[in-house]
Amino acid sequence: MTEFEPKIVAFVCNWCTYAGADLTGTSRIKYAQNVKIIRFPCTGRIDFMLLLKAFGEGADGIIVSGCHPNDCHYTSGNFHARRRWIMFRGLLDLLGIDIRRIQYSWVSAAEGAKWADIVNSTVKTIRELGPYTDYAKVAGYLEKEVKE
Amino acid sequence: MNELIQKATILLESNSVQVVIGYGKGSANRTRAIFITQAADCEKLIFDSRCIQNLAVYLTKQEIKKLGKPAIVAPIPVLRSIVQLAAENQIAENDLVVLGVTPESELVEFESFAAIETFLSTHRIEIEGKYQKTIEMIKSMPVSERFAYWVKELEPCFKCYACRSACPLCYCTRCTVENNQPQWISVASHPLGNLEWHVMRAMHLAGRCTDCEACYNACPMGIPIHLLTKSMLQDVAENFGTYGPSLDKLNALSSFKPDDKESFIR
Amino acid sequence: MQTENYLIRKSSLEKLFGNLIGNGKIVYAPKAKGNLALFDKVQAFGEITEDYIVTANSAKSVTFPRTEKLFSYHKSKESTEITDAANNTFPDVILWGTRPCDAAAFIPLTETFNGDFQDIIYNKRREKVLILSFSCKRSDEYCFCTSVNSGPGNTAGSDVQFTKLSDGDYLAEVITEKGQLLVKENCNLFEAKPEEDKEPNLAIVATRFNQEEIQAKLQNLFENPVWDDKSRACLGCGSCSYVCPVCSCFDIQDEAHGNKGTRLRCWDSCGYGLFTMHTSGHNPRNTQGGRWRQRILHKFLYMPNKSKVAGCVGCGRCSRSCPADINILDTLTSLQEEKPNE
Repeated sequence: MTEFEPKIVAFVCNWCTYAGADLTGTSRIKYAQNVKIIRFPCTGRIDFMLLLKAFGEGADGIIVSGCHPNDCHYTSGNFHARRRWIMFRGLLDLLGIDIRRIQYSWVSAAEGAKWADIVNSTVKTIRELGPYTDYAKVAGYLEKEVKE
Repeated sequence: MNELIQKATILLESNSVQVVIGYGKGSANRTRAIFITQAADCEKLIFDSRCIQNLAVYLTKQEIKKLGKPAIVAPIPVLRSIVQLAAENQIAENDLVVLGVTPESELVEFESFAAIETFLSTHRIEIEGKYQKTIEMIKSMPVSERFAYWVKELEPCFKCYACRSACPLCYCTRCTVENNQPQWISVASHPLGNLEWHVMRAMHLAGRCTDCEACYNACPMGIPIHLLTKSMLQDVAENFGTYGPSLDKLNALSSFKPDDKESFIR
Repeated sequence: MQTENYLIRKSSLEKLFGNLIGNGKIVYAPKAKGNLALFDKVQAFGEITEDYIVTANSAKSVTFPRTEKLFSYHKSKESTEITDAANNTFPDVILWGTRPCDAAAFIPLTETFNGDFQDIIYNKRREKVLILSFSCKRSDEYCFCTSVNSGPGNTAGSDVQFTKLSDGDYLAEVITEKGQLLVKENCNLFEAKPEEDKEPNLAIVATRFNQEEIQAKLQNLFENPVWDDKSRACLGCGSCSYVCPVCSCFDIQDEAHGNKGTRLRCWDSCGYGLFTMHTSGHNPRNTQGGRWRQRILHKFLYMPNKSKVAGCVGCGRCSRSCPADINILDTLTSLQEEKPNE
């Protein structure tokens, strides 16, 4: 049997984490291939609904990453994002949406190695948690015959 | 509530306001919102423990705005909503007369919105023990079970959006669910659509909700959606300090502190 | 067919339920939830509550689900494969414990889905529904079935109607062939017709208005202050339409994911501002007063004009569940007093 390969979506900011991930590549650091990176202008732009959409479309895990505090290209986007994540995380936890499947991180443009580490450890965590079948069941409701 | 009736009559007779938004007799044993435009009708005003609808919701409705300057009968939950609406620049002090009613059914008048805020400082929002217990009970379930619990609780939701319509803070003229480019929330009421809608609703009220329970009271299917906003109120208090509607402080999610604490970002 | 009357013992009723469930039928019945009773799928007789005037939700979702899959498609390079839901076989569903108003509501609902267009999915579902109604022993001030040509013991729309008699046993009136089949399959549970009359065992619901009079008046009441007056407190939610057993407006939605997708029929409500919003941004029905008028006119003028059946069965659900306590009976009784425009 082949090993479960988690599908991971990474929402990252353009100025730090995306550049950091670029550095991972140019530094020839190898890391897990399970991640699909989506670039945003800023973590402040990462709407919480996007995370739900990712799960809805079949992601098993999510990475959200941007500039370290005080490093935001737009001064305070990541501060706003941090508050939103705190609240969102609390709500998801209450609802039983598995918050272990969402990894938040600060990765600067100079932290190529950290990015590789974040991805690898997230893949490892999700591999242990297995596919996100609970959410897939709900999201795949229409795939079944809607008879009743 | 003779005092209230007298005050309302004076306001309408002197043309200080054109409409009094208050509670009147409703169907069965209920009360309902009434909109009095003639001084002679003021005797229809009543106030007692059955008056639970949050009247502040009417302050931003176009049909009511058309009636002219309002006075509003405002028990504590309505007062909280008024302060929050004022903080969000939805209502102006000069365009509204607030007829406050204390839990002891006494009339209080307010010089300004700031005076309401001062009054509310002795009537702080508190999450009742029974709700705290329910929230703790839910949080103690294993994650999978908790998810199943909510999917089941939200199952009867047919998306009539009464929760949204009854909420004084859901005043957007075009709600996210009414946008289809992009379609953030499925229009259909299936498990995913219902879940997404309630996450969206709760998130948009995070740090703004004043715990009036209008959403829960409005739900025709009796879904305990107020648990979501109550839990978020607790989260706001825990993470960003005590919570209450405030005129000069920004909402929890429209502000930040550089040293906000969290433990989950690597 | 002529109605056949039987007696069914209290204890046999549970056996009847057991037989239905045992045959793998899906049974919907009133279940208690907090202060409410909701129509929901039940597995055991014990889950069913008897303590309700009407359920908070109506039973219409068994034939007109809030989300109905019409078809799904799958696109590949070569072709597009379409799965039409009209080809589905739908399951047998038993409605247990509907009130006479709910059973009667399937008449206008079926009319709507068989007007200019015959809706295959609706009709297929409807065919599979067996309606076992329970007449009303109690009513409240929201009920007005007797004003809309119905009543607490109205059998129209039901397959079998049960009336609880003073000794706790039930009168079973068999109205349709489907109902007859049920009796045949469970003949040991049905006994000879009881002595007792049905009438004394029914609730008394006062007649509040005359439907035909209202219909005539509405012809000329399009412009009238009553619409704004009675809907002033309206919050613009859709709960009245969604709990209504007759309201049938829907919205067509496509949910697409890459090369796959589904077309859905979802409930919609004339209470929403978006319901009539044009793409241009212009909204011809731009106040709640106009929307309330539409709701009343549709039910009491347009529908009876078109199909001879009114769009209201007097269950009073819309009033009970309205978060702003807007009461349809209030509007209708005040219309009685209105003088039509010249």
